[in-house]
Amino acid sequence: MRKNQVAVVGAAETTELGVIPNASQLQLHADAALNAIADAGLKLSDIDGFATAVETPQQVCHYLGIKPTWVDGTSVGGCSFMLHVRHAAAAIEAGLCKTVLITHAESGKSMIGKAPRSIPADSLQGQFEAPYGVYGPPSMFPIPVLRFMKTYGITHEQLASVAVVQREWAAKNPRAMMKDPITVADVLNSRMIAYPFRLLQCCLVTDGGGALIMTSADRAKDFPRKPVYIMGTGESVETPMVSQMETFNSSRAFKTAGSLAFKEAGIAHKDVDHLMIYDAFAHLPLFGLGDLGFMPHEETGKFIADGNTRPGGKLPLNTNGGGLSYMHSGMYGMYALQESVRQMRGIAPAQVPNAKISVCHGVGGMFAASGTIVFTNER
Amino acid sequence: MAEPQRARPKPTPETQHFWDGTKAGELRLQRCDACAHVYFPPRPFCPSCASRKVSIFKASGKGFLYSYVINHRPAAPGFTPPYAIAVVELAEGPRMMSNIIDCPQTPEALELDMKLEVAFQALDDKITLPVFRPAKG
Repeated sequence: MRKNQVAVVGAAETTELGVIPNASQLQLHADAALNAIADAGLKLSDIDGFATAVETPQQVCHYLGIKPTWVDGTSVGGCSFMLHVRHAAAAIEAGLCKTVLITHAESGKSMIGKAPRSIPADSLQGQFEAPYGVYGPPSMFPIPVLRFMKTYGITHEQLASVAVVQREWAAKNPRAMMKDPITVADVLNSRMIAYPFRLLQCCLVTDGGGALIMTSADRAKDFPRKPVYIMGTGESVETPMVSQMETFNSSRAFKTAGSLAFKEAGIAHKDVDHLMIYDAFAHLPLFGLGDLGFMPHEETGKFIADGNTRPGGKLPLNTNGGGLSYMHSGMYGMYALQESVRQMRGIAPAQVPNAKISVCHGVGGMFAASGTIVFTNER
Repeated sequence: MAEPQRARPKPTPETQHFWDGTKAGELRLQRCDACAHVYFPPRPFCPSCASRKVSIFKASGKGFLYSYVINHRPAAPGFTPPYAIAVVELAEGPRMMSNIIDCPQTPEALELDMKLEVAFQALDDKITLPVFRPAKG
C-alpha cells in the first residue's frame, strides 16, 4: 500500500467511559459512531464503508441506519481495529468505498447486551487448554512471562515499573479511570491474581467505545479536523492457544505486523515521536519494544524502569495511561488508536510536543493476533 | 446442586486417538512420514509440509517446565487456588499446556526447566487428562 494516501478525519470515544450502566453494548457503538460523525462534520448517509468486531457489521449498520457498499467484520480480538484501519485504507485506495466508519464498543464491566465469552469443549482450546484451569485472560496472558523474564534477565521490579509509569501518564488525563500515583512497592504488594502478576499489573475492566472515520487524503483536507495520515500498516495472526506460540521469548505476530508497518512507512525507530503498545498486562510493552525492534528484549525492562517512557522521557509510551490505568473494555485497541490520533492532532491531554509520527501497536487474544499502524500528521 | 466441574474436553474425529491414548496410559503425538516433523495438537496432516501421510506414536512422556502462572483468582470451576497452569516442552519438541502434580504450587518449588514426566488423571470413564510431575532421579 502507498503511504499517506488515506487519512483519519473523524475520531471519538463514547461520551462516557468507565462504568456505564445505562447503555447496552450496541448503543455504545452508536454513541461512539455519532460522536465521530459529528467530529468529522459528516452525516450518517455519507458513510459508505463500515467495519466492526464482535458485533456484526449488519447489526451495527442496521442500528445506525447505514447502507454500506463495503464491510469488514474482521474479529481477531483487541487489535481488530488496527486491522480495520489497514483494510479500510486498502479499500479506499482501491475505490471500493469513499468514507469508512470503524466502531468498537464493549459493555465489558456492566455486561449489558454482551454475550459472555465461552470456550467450546470440542474446540482445540476446549480440549487442550481449558481442562487445566485457564479462566479468563489473567490466567492465560501472563503464561509466557516467567520464561521471558528468565531468558532476558527481566526483574519483577522492572515489570512493576510498567504500571507505575503508565499511572504517571494517566494522572494527566481527566478521563483516565485510575489517576492516583503508585510505586513499585504498591504494585508488588497488590493482590495476587496469577503469579507473577498482581492486580496492578492487570488491565482494568470497564465499559466504553470509540469510532474512527477514514477517507482519501485528497478529500481529507476539506474536513474540519487536522487530517492524520496512514503512513504504514501491518497485521498477522499466530495461534489462539497461548501454549502453542512458537516461543515465549517474543511474539511472531508482533514481529510480522510491526516490521510490515515500519517498512511501508519507510521510517527508522529514531523517527518515532510517540508510541502506543496495547497493554492488557504489564509484560506487553516489553514484548512490544523488543518485537517492534526498538531495542533488544534484554534492555526493555531497564528502559522502562529507568523512566525513558514516562512523561518527559525520550520515547513517550501509552500516554493515555493505557489499559492498566486509562480504560480497558476488553478490546482496548480502539483506545490506543484514539490516543495516537489525538497526539497527531495535537490535542491529547498529555500532549507530546511537536509529535509528528505515532506508532500504534495492538494485540488480539493472548498473542493470537497483531496489528500495527504508523500515523503521521505531515503528508 | 453438584459442585461445579472442571472443563471436560470433548474429542473430535481428529483428536480421538489422543484421548484413546491417555485412557490407555499413553501420551500420543504425531510425526510426519514425509518430513519427520513432530507436532501437537492433533490433526491428520503435517502443519510444516502439508503432507497427509502422518503417523501416531507413543511419546516418551519426558519433558521440562517451559513456563507457568500460579492462578489465584478467579479460579476455574473445579479448581482450588492457588494452582499452577503450566506449559511443558516435550522431549520430542512440541509443547502442551498441563498441570504439575506432586509438587507444591509455589514459585520456589516450580523451577523453570525442571524435568517432568507425564502422569494420567482420569476425570471420568471417558476422559483421562495428561498431567506432569517432577521426574524421578
